[in-house]
Formats: sequence, C-alpha cells, structure tokens
Amino acid sequence: MQKMPRWADVALIPLLNLLIAFVLSGLVILAIGENPIKALQTMITGALGSTYGWGYTLYYATNFIFTGLAVSIAFKAAMFNIGGEGQAMIGGLGVAIVCLYIPFPHWTVALLFAMAGGAVFGAAWALIPAYLQARRGSHVVITTIMFNFIAASLLNYVLVNVLRPKGEMNPQTANFPESTHLPTLHDVLAPIGIEFSRSAPVNVSLFIALAACVIVYLLMWRSRLGYEIRAFGLSPEASVYAGISPFKIIMVAMLLSGGLSGMMSINNTMGEAERLVLNSVEGAGFIGIAVALMGRNHPFGVLLAALLFGFLYQGGSELSLWTKIPRELVTVIQALVILFTGALDNMVRGPVERAFIRAAKRGAN
Amino acid sequence: MDFMTIIQIADSALRLATPLLLACLAGLFSERAGIFDIGLEGKILASAFFSAAVAAATGSVWLGLLAGVASSIAFSAVHGLASITFQGNQLISGVALNFFASGITILIGTAWFGLGGRTPSLSGGQRFSPVDLPFANAVADVPILGPIYSDLLSGHTILVYVALLMVPLSWFVLYRTRFGLRLRAVGENPAAVDTAGVSVIRLRYAAMVIAGVLCGLAGVYLATGLAAGFVKEMSAGRGYIALAALIFARWRPWHALYATLLFGLLEAIANRYQNIDLGTFVIPVQFMQALPYILTVIILAGFGGTAVAPKAGGQPYVKER
Repeated sequence: MQKMPRWADVALIPLLNLLIAFVLSGLVILAIGENPIKALQTMITGALGSTYGWGYTLYYATNFIFTGLAVSIAFKAAMFNIGGEGQAMIGGLGVAIVCLYIPFPHWTVALLFAMAGGAVFGAAWALIPAYLQARRGSHVVITTIMFNFIAASLLNYVLVNVLRPKGEMNPQTANFPESTHLPTLHDVLAPIGIEFSRSAPVNVSLFIALAACVIVYLLMWRSRLGYEIRAFGLSPEASVYAGISPFKIIMVAMLLSGGLSGMMSINNTMGEAERLVLNSVEGAGFIGIAVALMGRNHPFGVLLAALLFGFLYQGGSELSLWTKIPRELVTVIQALVILFTGALDNMVRGPVERAFIRAAKRGAN
Repeated sequence: MDFMTIIQIADSALRLATPLLLACLAGLFSERAGIFDIGLEGKILASAFFSAAVAAATGSVWLGLLAGVASSIAFSAVHGLASITFQGNQLISGVALNFFASGITILIGTAWFGLGGRTPSLSGGQRFSPVDLPFANAVADVPILGPIYSDLLSGHTILVYVALLMVPLSWFVLYRTRFGLRLRAVGENPAAVDTAGVSVIRLRYAAMVIAGVLCGLAGVYLATGLAAGFVKEMSAGRGYIALAALIFARWRPWHALYATLLFGLLEAIANRYQNIDLGTFVIPVQFMQALPYILTVIILAGFGGTAVAPKAGGQPYVKER
C-alpha cells in the first residue's frame, strides 16, 4: 500500500519541518526581547528590497549552491561529507595560485583555469578521507572533520609564510591581477538595459553554479555513473551484486563532492575578494549540509534551499545592522533547519503518514 | 630547557587536558552505548556559556556549575530524542546541535549582558579557585619530587581532580558493574541486550545523561576554571579534539587519559613556543596546532593497530515486530 502521496513526501514534510524551525526561531527572537515580525520585515527589505540586497542574496546563494550540491552528491552515495569547509578553503588556495601565477589574456580563460584549480585542489583535499573510507573503512565523517582543522592550519601557514606579499600585515595574498576580475551582475545586465547595483558582489559565478545544478542533475539521474552512485547509496550490499565497485563509487562521489566545494572559491575568492584571505569560506561548507538536507539532495531542491539561505544570510547581516539581534541568529536558524529536516524528520513524518493512512481508510470505506 | 620549564609545561598540559578528558569520557559513554556524539563541541560551548552567565548573575560558581551541566544534559536529551526515539541520523543531529550552541550562546549572551556575546569577567566566588593539596607547601623544597607535587599536581581547581577521578570511576562502571556490561553490549549488539529483557532505549538514554554531565563539567571548567568568563566560540574545537582522542584511545577510559594528556601537551607546547627551531629546520606553530588531527587520521588509517569502533555505533535500534 502506498503510504503517502508523492507530493506529501517531496513538498509537505520538508515545508512542515521548515515551518517548525522558523516558528522556533521566532520564539527565540521573542525570548531575547525582540519582535519576530519586525525582524522578518527587516530581513525581507534588506535581502530582497533592492538590487543591492538581491546582489548579496544571490552572491551567498552561489556559494551555497556549490557546497549544497557537494554535500548532496556524497549523501547520495551514503556518505556524510562534513569536510566541505576545508575543501572549499583548499579550493581557494588552488584558485589563488592559478590567478596569481598564470598570466591570463582575458577573464573567460582565467575563469576556466580557476574552476579547474579550485576543483582539483578541493578534490585533492577529499582524496585521503575518501581513500581511507574506501580501503580502510575509516569513517569519512571523522576524517573530514579532522581535515577541516588541518586545512585551516595549512591555509594559515601558507598565507602567513608563503603567499603573503612583503609589507602586508594581514595573512592574505596579493590582489589578483586585473585580467582575472570577474564581471559582476551589474556588468552583465547593464548592456541589455537592466539597472543592477554596482556594489553588490554577485558575479558570473552564479551562472556557473546554475549550470552545475543542471550538470549534477544529468549526471545523477541520466547517466550510468549517477545510477551506480544512487544504487550504492541505497544499498551498498545489493549494488556489489550488481557489479558496482564500492571503491570506485566512494572515490568518485567524494572527489566530485570535494571538487564542487573547491569550485565555490571562484565566487568568494576570485569573484568577490579578488585575493585569498584567511576566513574566506565563512562557514559556507557547513551551510551546504543544511542546504542539501533541505533540498532533499536534488539539484533543484538545492537551488531553492540555497536561495533561502542566501536570503537568511543577507537578511541576517541587515538585521544585525539595524536591530540588536546579532547575525548569529542565522546560525540558530541553520541549526534548527538541520535538526528538523535532517535528524528529527521522523517526528513529523510519523504523524503525517498516519494521517494519510487514516484518510485513505476512510476513503475506502 | 631546565627542570622548572618542564614542570610549567606539564602543569599547563594538565590544565588544557582536563576539558578534553571530561569531553572524551563523555564521548566514551555515548559511543560505547552505540550513539555517535559529534555534538560534544556544542555541549561544551553551551555549558561554558550557561555556567559563566549564571555564575556572573548570581555570584556563585556552584549555581553556574548546575546551570552548565543542566544545559549540557538538555542538549544530550535532544540528541537522544533525535537518535533514539525518532531514529534519526545521529551525525546530523550532532552537527545541528553544534551550530545551535554556537548561535544561541551569542544570541542570549548579547541580549543578557550586551557585551557582544561575552559574559562579564568572573572573579572571586564566581570562579573555581585553586585547591592546595595537603603538605604542598611543606614539600615544595624537596628536590625534583617537591616541585612535581606542589607545582604540577597541587594548585588546580577541584574540577581537574574530579576529571582525573572520573577515569578510574569510568573504568569501574564500564568494566566492573552490570550496568557497564549492558552499556557496552548495547553498543555492540543491541538486539542481544533486548532479547535478554533489558531496555535498549533506557540504557542509551542513561548513556546520554552521563555524557551530558561529563561534557557539562568540561564546559564549566573551561569558562570558570581555565578562563574567567565566556567568550565567543571558546570551545575552539575541543569537542572535536576529544573525539579524536577517543579514537586515539580506542574507546577505553585509561587510554582516554593518556590521549588527552598527549593532546593537552601538544597544545601547551604550541602555546609556549611559537615556532620550534630544531636547528636544521623549524616546526611552524600551525603544524603543532594541526598535529592532534593529523595523528588521529594516521590512527584511523590503521597505522599502529586498527581502531575498531563499537559495532552498533550510529545505527538507531529498531525493535523487531
């Protein structure tokens, strides 16, 4: 017997989970003596009320699309890649090296090489955890957590001792050359007569991220490899009988995941900062977890969830600017979203399923 | 390096190892019962905040301790709800709780004290003060053993000694009591425990409460013993290092002590010397900071024996119908 219609599984339960998370966040705001309705209004105006706000919302969303897709591919192969943060950090290193040391004639060429650099470095940072999981059975969650910390130390070392230009006090690289600067959405939209804020950081990386959604969809649902990854994720034992190599799937899925996380750096490092700074990832690797969970590991869902978190992120900054609510509110919302969509899913699912079964029985009588 | 320097580094290592040890033992109880606990970090942070906040507000460190431990148990309870009752993903639940702690401490802290997430500095009765062991002053002049006793072992806060006592206590509970046997069994083969008529759910919740108390003490020590008040993100990855130490110790209490002392020593050395000059080459401070994590990966890779986790770890127990 079909327990629930598909729409309930795909849309209703995630929305209910999200609703609980937001209601609780509202209660948190009430508890610290602020007005949740007014807070929401401030967030909406700040994030969506101007092209400047939209520019930041979409900029953050670009980051989260990359990391969300990264986490979701690993999830599809039954692995939890918490290492997106470290992989994105090291990906930033790859992007920085490409941009600093190769003279490029035009930003289009630079972008292609930077994508490759970020992806290769990010994937390389996922390589050892992937290998240890595939060959030694060391839990990928623990190793990727460890690799996040190792990445932070490595990046700190490289920025302080190797890539920092003479006379620079902060741990950061020199500015990337002019020819690697990516056009912002303002530059893209101006020729066709659309006004878009000049100072917002959203740039052509957004289109790369959207393309990545399509490519990941085609890869996961329209290719043999994607089929194998999903089959392995649903039942590793059964997939072995179907001739699927667990070693290959674990390696490929983790490398794709690390590569996508690393590629995020074309947005924050190459597109926005135009140099590599210490804390460039700003937790986007972790937000990828929430985005993947909320998006049900589907590229389209990831896109929607990334937009939502882009909104929350930008709205949260505005909130801390105009009210006494610190921007860590977003961390709380993020935590509640992960908790209710990821860990406490059954709490909502159980009653909803029972309600549908009751309704079906009544209908049959 | 003279003898007194060694004593000072060892002393600092012991202080830094204490929160790691408490959190590591918390993880030990939890994982031995078959519940992965990524959320150690969040519990330490929450407890650090609430202990410092309540100590600052009431002037009593003991009330702070109660508040810290209570908050940590509350986090454990949510983790239990997600991973035991609703059979959700334990790793995801832990990650969520870590984020929750990192956000909520600052949200409440800012609203409560208006110091950008910090609590006021604690002093006097708001902190745990050092305890002098008996005869510490009398034997201080005895060569070698005197300084070891009076400088290294004496003069810590009560929580350091509590943490050290927890090691034999944990060993006794886990290996010499019926409860401990069942707890270990429930992490290896919950179905067998269930068949014997013992409640898997109750055992796992008991493990969660123990983990909550121990992790809570770690946070209390951090904010009211080691430091004088709460600052943003003050757990600084200690929950993850404790997790690393737990693997290093291969889920055994005495080895947890050795592992956390080692990691405490690494931190103490990294704090004292920025870059270590070995003549031919220099060990950068970043390497020292990353060393616990690197060592853990090496252990996980199976060099120097295999690290076998409790078998049922991470899997919710579903009773057969």
